[in-house]
Amino acid sequence: MDLFEYQAKQLFQKHGVPVSLGEVATTAAEAKAIAEGIGGVTVVKAQVKIGGRGKAGGVKVAKTSDDAESAAEAILGMDIRGHTVHRVLVDPGADIAQEFYVSYLLDRANRTFLAMASFEGGMEIERLAAERPDALAKVPVDAVVGVDLAKAREIATAAKFPDELVEPVAEVLVKLWDTFVAEDATLVEVNPLAQVGDGRVVALDGKVSLDNNASFRHPDHAALEDKAAADPLEAKAKEKHINYVKLDGEVGIIGNGAGLVMSTLDVVAYAGERHGGVRPANFLDIGGGASAEVMADGLDIILSDPAVRSVFVNVFGGITACDAVASGIVAALDMLGDEANKPLVVRLDGNNVEEGRRILTAANHPLVTMVDTMDGAADKAAELANAGA
Amino acid sequence: MTIWLDQDSVIVVQGMTGGEGMKHTRRMLASGARVVGGVNARKAGTTVDMDGTTLPVFGSVAEAMDETGANVSVGFVPPAFTKDSVIEAIDAEIPLTVVITEGMAVHDTAAFWAYAAGKKTRIVGPNCPGVISPGVSNAGIIPSDITKSGRLGLVSKSGTLTYQLMYELRDVGFTTCVGIGGDPVVGTTHIDCLEAFQADPDTDAIVMIGEIGGDAEERAAAYIAEHVTKPVVAYVAGFTAPEGKTMGHAGAIVSGSSGTAQAKKEALEAVDVRVGKTPSETALLVRDVLAG
Repeated sequence: MDLFEYQAKQLFQKHGVPVSLGEVATTAAEAKAIAEGIGGVTVVKAQVKIGGRGKAGGVKVAKTSDDAESAAEAILGMDIRGHTVHRVLVDPGADIAQEFYVSYLLDRANRTFLAMASFEGGMEIERLAAERPDALAKVPVDAVVGVDLAKAREIATAAKFPDELVEPVAEVLVKLWDTFVAEDATLVEVNPLAQVGDGRVVALDGKVSLDNNASFRHPDHAALEDKAAADPLEAKAKEKHINYVKLDGEVGIIGNGAGLVMSTLDVVAYAGERHGGVRPANFLDIGGGASAEVMADGLDIILSDPAVRSVFVNVFGGITACDAVASGIVAALDMLGDEANKPLVVRLDGNNVEEGRRILTAANHPLVTMVDTMDGAADKAAELANAGA
Repeated sequence: MTIWLDQDSVIVVQGMTGGEGMKHTRRMLASGARVVGGVNARKAGTTVDMDGTTLPVFGSVAEAMDETGANVSVGFVPPAFTKDSVIEAIDAEIPLTVVITEGMAVHDTAAFWAYAAGKKTRIVGPNCPGVISPGVSNAGIIPSDITKSGRLGLVSKSGTLTYQLMYELRDVGFTTCVGIGGDPVVGTTHIDCLEAFQADPDTDAIVMIGEIGGDAEERAAAYIAEHVTKPVVAYVAGFTAPEGKTMGHAGAIVSGSSGTAQAKKEALEAVDVRVGKTPSETALLVRDVLAG
């Protein structure tokens, strides 16, 4: 889960990372009131989970509270690379002497964590990495040992911070590591970290991604979720503990196992090339169990998507044999009754496939077509979706 | 021969007394695997009846190894406790531990991986279906009755795609199939499996299944170019996955332009690995390769 800047900086603050942090407003009037409370120069910043907001005009310096109000008015509702701005952060203006870059992230390839830091900040990190790789230090961090002050000094030195800055930056790096570990983050990034007029080193911006798998030890993280922005079908699926991702096509997909479902999306997209360009409408993994109830919940979600014109149920009977899956499909269609109103193409393979097919044949449901192979079934589902246009 | 799991494999199950542990211990026993007991500190000294086979519960992996000669552990421990259970297996110096658990926090996985450095235990998983040498032994949840013993090796990030290919190629058969898991950090990689299959005289060709996320497939391609002389046929899932969305597996995510299926396919094809467009086409390519 990616966080907004204000949420990231709130977490930094909780773990002792010095931040410049005001308050969040959802209206221009609120922004004005916050700016009045802060007094003096403020910065009004669009809160969106995507980079490039400065360039898009989503960050404005305001000299007065009236300026803050008009800045908020301009920014709220703005579209930044497909993300609508619903809130702005009004921060105290900072007297920036120098800007730097620091982050920790999961390094998948090396199966460890990585510290990245640069004395040269104020630039997009992807650009810095591409154009000035020497200026960006990458220091592996052992997950067991972590980052103490000595390790933090090593990172700051590698990033070419001058002697007088090594200590204050190292102190920030230790607190930032505390944040990274304590919150189960996969990324914490400060760009820019800045030295301000009075000499302090402060996080002016913040980016944090949290590990959803660690939510069992972070009940407080649920409150950080941006529920209003979630797709309604994805939210409904989440409530039912179903793994569902909404896509923009016409062929609804249900399968068991993440890999097989991803593969099903691909095979449907290829088949769609022969049938009017129809595409998969979603990713939905009912998992290894595939009970009738889970099948019904899955079908219910897919059939509530108005874009769906046909459904492809692709199940390999491994742990759950095909006869149980077939009974599950029949029971699910019974449970849904008239709500099941789009053609279903079912492909079963694996354990007890003969019995599974016999059960579906015997049920003789008018919406169900059985096809023996995955490629053939994808073709049929694409054909039906195209015909239903 | 097989890799990592053979007729001398003696298995203990960590978390055997839980629901999933019970269900899959029964299945492993039914498939002929030598499962000799479970590990649960709170239930040490008790026994569990598994359809007529009485299995003892030991207090620790080390104790189970001492008492039974176990050399493989399979873990069904809930995610909150998995890190400790893997570290226990590492400390006991068991040669192979298979971590089935789905939903581990990546900080926990990174921690046990760092802890395992320089130690004696091979870790497979987490979030994986396990390892099977058909007809010989079975450590995990892979169905044993969908294929047979033969001369292919298989390595995969995905469970059901593994089953699909095992089934499509059931007449050819496999030495060993390894589900390495779909998490961002896993203990055994495609490369580890490629190296073992290359060294195994009974494996003639290798099937490699990848999916979006990370660069494991690209790294495997580089390894193949340098070290693998046996034919490798690959399949990659997730061409239609949108950027920034996690597709079921915690590690299956395209971030910016990295981790795409297209990049993986191109990297593999660049080193003369044939990549199937669908699972069925992949099975046909394997037959093609075996026919020479």
